[in-house]
Amino acid sequence: MMLLQIATQAHPLAGTVAKWVWLLPLLPFLGFLINGGISLFSAAHVGPSDPDMGHGHDDSHGDAHAISEAEDHGAHGDDHHAVKPHRYAGIVSIIGPLVLAASFVLAFMIFTTMRSVDMTTPFIQRYFSWMPVGTLQIDAAIQLDQLSMLMVLVITGVGTLIHIFSVGYMREDPGYPRYFAYLNLFVFFMLVLVLGANYPVLFVGWEGVGLCSYLLIGFWFSEKANADAGKKAFIVNRIGDFGFLIAMFLLFSNIGVLDFAGVKAAAPGLAFGGALVTAICLFMFLGCAGKSAQIPLYIWLPDAMAGPTPVSALIHAATMVTAGVYLVARSSFLFSIAPVASLVVALIGGLTALFAATIGLKQWDIKKVLASSTVSQLGYMFVGVGVGAYTAGMFHLMTHAFFKALLFLGSGSVIYAMHAAYHHTGSHEDAQDMRNMGGLRKYMPITWGLMWAATLAIAGIPPFSGFFSKDSILGATFERAGHSTLADASLFGIPGSTLLYLIYVFGVAAAFLTAIYMTRMMIYTFHGPNRTGSAEESHLHEAPWVMTGPLVVLGVLSVVGGWFNLPAIIPIGKIGVLDGWLDPVVGEATRRVAEAGGEAAHGASDELILIVVAVAVAVAGMALAFARLKPQTLVPASQSPEEEGFERVLAHKYYVDEAYEAAVVNPTYQISKRVLWRGIDAGLIDGLLVNGSSALMRGFGWVGSRIQSGAVGTYAWVLVVGVLAVLGAVTLR
Amino acid sequence: MEAFLQSIGYDSWVLPALLIIPLVGAIILLGLSQTADSDAELSGSNARARVIAFVVLLIEFIVSAGLWWSFNPANTGWHAAIDSQWIPMWGIRFTLGIDGIALMMILLTTFIMPLTVLGSWTSIKKKVHAYFAMMMILTSGMLGVFMARDLFLFYVMWEVMLVPMYFIIGIWGGERRLYASIKFFIYTMLPSLLMLVAILYLGIHAGSGGTPNFSYDNLVSHPTLAPRVALWLFGAFFAAFAVKVPMFPFHTWLPDAHVEAPTAGSVILAGIMLKMGTFGFLRFALPLFPGTAMNPTVRAVIVTLAVIGIIYGALVAMVQPDFKKLVAYSSVSHLGFVMLGIFALTLQSVQGALMIMINHGISTGALFLLIGMIYERRHSRAIESYGGIARVVPVFAALLTLVSLSSIGLPGTNGFVGEFLVLVGAFKPYPVFTTIAATGVIFAAVYLLWAIQRILFNPLDKKENEHIPDLNWREIGLMVPFIIVIIWLGVYPAPVLRRMEPSAQKLVTTVTQGAQLGAQAGAPAVAVSVTGAAR
Amino acid sequence: MLAESLALSAVLFTIGVIGVLTRRNAIIIFMCVELMLNAVNLTFIAFSRYYGAAGQVFVVFVMTVAAAEAAVGLAIIISIFRHRQSVNLQNINLLRG
Repeated sequence: MMLLQIATQAHPLAGTVAKWVWLLPLLPFLGFLINGGISLFSAAHVGPSDPDMGHGHDDSHGDAHAISEAEDHGAHGDDHHAVKPHRYAGIVSIIGPLVLAASFVLAFMIFTTMRSVDMTTPFIQRYFSWMPVGTLQIDAAIQLDQLSMLMVLVITGVGTLIHIFSVGYMREDPGYPRYFAYLNLFVFFMLVLVLGANYPVLFVGWEGVGLCSYLLIGFWFSEKANADAGKKAFIVNRIGDFGFLIAMFLLFSNIGVLDFAGVKAAAPGLAFGGALVTAICLFMFLGCAGKSAQIPLYIWLPDAMAGPTPVSALIHAATMVTAGVYLVARSSFLFSIAPVASLVVALIGGLTALFAATIGLKQWDIKKVLASSTVSQLGYMFVGVGVGAYTAGMFHLMTHAFFKALLFLGSGSVIYAMHAAYHHTGSHEDAQDMRNMGGLRKYMPITWGLMWAATLAIAGIPPFSGFFSKDSILGATFERAGHSTLADASLFGIPGSTLLYLIYVFGVAAAFLTAIYMTRMMIYTFHGPNRTGSAEESHLHEAPWVMTGPLVVLGVLSVVGGWFNLPAIIPIGKIGVLDGWLDPVVGEATRRVAEAGGEAAHGASDELILIVVAVAVAVAGMALAFARLKPQTLVPASQSPEEEGFERVLAHKYYVDEAYEAAVVNPTYQISKRVLWRGIDAGLIDGLLVNGSSALMRGFGWVGSRIQSGAVGTYAWVLVVGVLAVLGAVTLR
Repeated sequence: MEAFLQSIGYDSWVLPALLIIPLVGAIILLGLSQTADSDAELSGSNARARVIAFVVLLIEFIVSAGLWWSFNPANTGWHAAIDSQWIPMWGIRFTLGIDGIALMMILLTTFIMPLTVLGSWTSIKKKVHAYFAMMMILTSGMLGVFMARDLFLFYVMWEVMLVPMYFIIGIWGGERRLYASIKFFIYTMLPSLLMLVAILYLGIHAGSGGTPNFSYDNLVSHPTLAPRVALWLFGAFFAAFAVKVPMFPFHTWLPDAHVEAPTAGSVILAGIMLKMGTFGFLRFALPLFPGTAMNPTVRAVIVTLAVIGIIYGALVAMVQPDFKKLVAYSSVSHLGFVMLGIFALTLQSVQGALMIMINHGISTGALFLLIGMIYERRHSRAIESYGGIARVVPVFAALLTLVSLSSIGLPGTNGFVGEFLVLVGAFKPYPVFTTIAATGVIFAAVYLLWAIQRILFNPLDKKENEHIPDLNWREIGLMVPFIIVIIWLGVYPAPVLRRMEPSAQKLVTTVTQGAQLGAQAGAPAVAVSVTGAAR
Repeated sequence: MLAESLALSAVLFTIGVIGVLTRRNAIIIFMCVELMLNAVNLTFIAFSRYYGAAGQVFVVFVMTVAAAEAAVGLAIIISIFRHRQSVNLQNINLLRG
């Protein structure tokens, strides 16, 4: 602690605007308090009889839909039944986005200050002692460095845009203040997550965002499916959090500190690639897999689409789900000395990228396509941070935040339009099913254009942002396969280098599939004939500007985001800005992984070939989609037959949910109920031992009371028999 | 504040005052109880009883609150100690005193008690005077347990506490109240008698000149028991405390008692009385028998039971159809964490155990109060009979969600601090057990979130739930202190931790040293000869 | 002579015991108890011939107690009879647990 304080005093940021860093999370928290107060206050005063309260439960929301029930409810969850805005909508619409915008402005000011000074050590601010117990000293402290600054900018920037979008999207929802309260609270926890100066504080944010995710997924809680999805997200995240906890325990019991600076200082003392550091990293990655929806814990994310669409954009695409990537980058000082663990990270990431991309191929719900895509892209990020290309992973995190938020918000606009149209005619068709869309380009040209920009970005078409970030990950993977500490390590007897080439192939294959399913989504949504229904068609229109505005900003960022970190081989601007920016944080770790001795195996020509391959694959994917998909032959969802064969397996996401249900959830429940409760608790312990012993005592009592009958005659008989027995015994002896 | 307290000689009278104030309240209440002739008069008299009870317990809380400031953590001896003759013939003295651990337990008790009075404001309709008088006597008994420095006095207080609770469950309880109250009484009484025998043995063994000596300090500083004897005595103490905790598999009285007890009874049971068991381990079982308690086999058995309790309690809680029973089993799980923390015996784990003791009192107490509130409206504890009521009772829903999250151990609420400290502390001595125990955090989320989903969320499909009135101001006001403490202890537990740390540290040190001494002494014969020499 | 006396008293005693055990009428049981007492008295008398007068003292004692007992016992039986029109012991089980 002493050391840290000295460092703080000498820090270049001391005394600058950075001293207000605590306001960053506090502003959204303030918003939460105000909006939450309004929500509770108005709810308490409106009273249950007000028709505005909640959404009328409508059983006629047909269950006849081919897609799972969850999607159906998800669709109708976007219920705009109450046409009148909430009575406090005005003030909430101002406070909700305003606190975020203020936070963003402050973050930007701190950012410019950071750029102006030469900062090599993190700026750590201690506020108070949180858990001081003997050698365990955990402070409520904030750590500001280049990595957390990047995250703060993404969170507050994208967050502000999504808040503004929400003003339009959620305007007519009866739970409007509650929605903004949760959203603000989410941003608060997210900022705590990225600004925490030690693992426990990070964990506060980590679980806090999980809580908000839970609340927001289940925002329309009157549908069981939504509430289920929220609960599932929380519990699956908790499984990950368990891993994170164990990682912290391992750190404390072996290193004795839990703050980043302390662990970073102690990390070199750990055995390189030793069992301890590997275990720490693997447990930590379990946490990341939960939060960032990686195999085997990705199952909650598709269900999480039950929440309002802006929530999906903010939490389940741009920010929260990337927390795992952030954690690995933050802990690069550990992962870089645990090559086996890093290989696992990269391998899981690669597998997830490919696996989720295949699921995305056959989804009909527009949000589920994007959800699979998010899982897949998160896999990419883990490949990046797994192979020790921490900057590349973070770069993709950033560009992904731009284009995926745009895609989600764009789909939100589409759903909004679809919903309004169906609402007009009183139809209960699924507003999220792409089979009910088609030809929307005509009605929503701005959304169409922006979403195409995002699609090109995610598909990896130059010069859109996704191209650069994805390429830097694939390039780094290929390079690490040539020579790095990872290539020298091995996993399950397979050499690391082989695995890395395999991961590269996974990545390229996933890129191919990404191009296909994204193009498919665009074609089915915006091109071809309209399948919404003749009555509804006339009501389809572009969303209001409060929603389209943020899309435009995100569109610009999706296009130019690549310029934040141009590779040396494409010098169309300043090269490697992000590399330089993040170098004080992750540079050392990156070099530790990359420079395993020996010369670089791949030169610039190799890099060019890689780029050409990546672009060719993306273009091929898009071309294939255009060539094979026939939007003209598609029929609306209600008339579509169910898929056959492998397509059905894909549409049902490989039946993994069902498998978990059958293998884990149900047995646990049944065993708990039948064996533990009925059997052991009620039967053995309480029934046999407790009530059994009491029954035994009562039995003794019963026998005793029978003997004491009070009938003197019986006593006399017993007496005589006894006397005779004694006499007999005495005489016959 | 300190100066003011010093000027009124606070430390010299506070502990006896805390014991006497509720008793005076009880006498007043009982004295006023026979004055009602008509219904109107009765309800007026009942209202007066409530106010008296609340005021007395509020005074109790205010008086005890001074301990927070007068307590000086740097002094590791007894605080506010008093010592006077009681039964000289048997060497029994009336000695009171607190350390950091007892301080927090006392404050927890005096904090919860007035709120339980508010919580039973309208739900108790018969024999109101007697009911509140029982609560008063109970308060004295519980506080006495935390203060006693004489083992005999401790035992007396231990049993004093049992009787009012027996009546509270047996008279004001639910349908199966007789079964539950008798079960509670016998279940906890039986091992307590074993403990009495052990206490008598200890007192006589430590006595001189034919007069026993029950002084705690004297007994702790003379660990001169043969290991075999110590094992038996420890077993007796263990039985008494393990049932009270309750540890798996001695827990089956708890669900029945919780379910049948009136709201305030459940709150007190869960909030305070369960802590008696763990407090007993910390104060008596460990320091008196360090060699036995730290015996690797004994320790392994207890830690195993604790971990089983964590998982088992959570799994069984998951499948309960009755919300009160669910919370009862969740207590088994939480108290398993406490036992793990105590027997892992590192500073962090013990501090964590103490934090969980406090947190569990707050969170579970608040949960039971909330259940009581909704029960008063719908007369059902079955989770099944609710669903979607968040729309009808939003304030209730917000509070229930927050309190459940605190019980789950969400960081930022009090629950996290305790569980984290226990696990982080226990990990070093017991990595495998702790890892298994940590899965408890997953199950906790499962059972509570599932329960609140089925109560608050899902479709509002039952007609009778559509017009439940939301919480009134009394109920909101009574929850506010809980909410404040939940957040405060989650965000800034340092003041509490600092007050307990020296006591926890002392405990860890003495027990560890005692265990080493015992180990060095080796064979029983050596220990006996040491005893002889000491005489 | 002694043997004959003892045999007679044994027979009388046994008759008394059997009466007490088998009969249900309170009066008869009472008579049988008296019979047993008198059988014992006979034994005392028989022994007093060989071992001194202490046995005779005892007999007087027993007779006194028996008289008192007969007075109280018969009074109780009569009051029971008045109450229930029966002295059958089977029916008198009010205190039975």
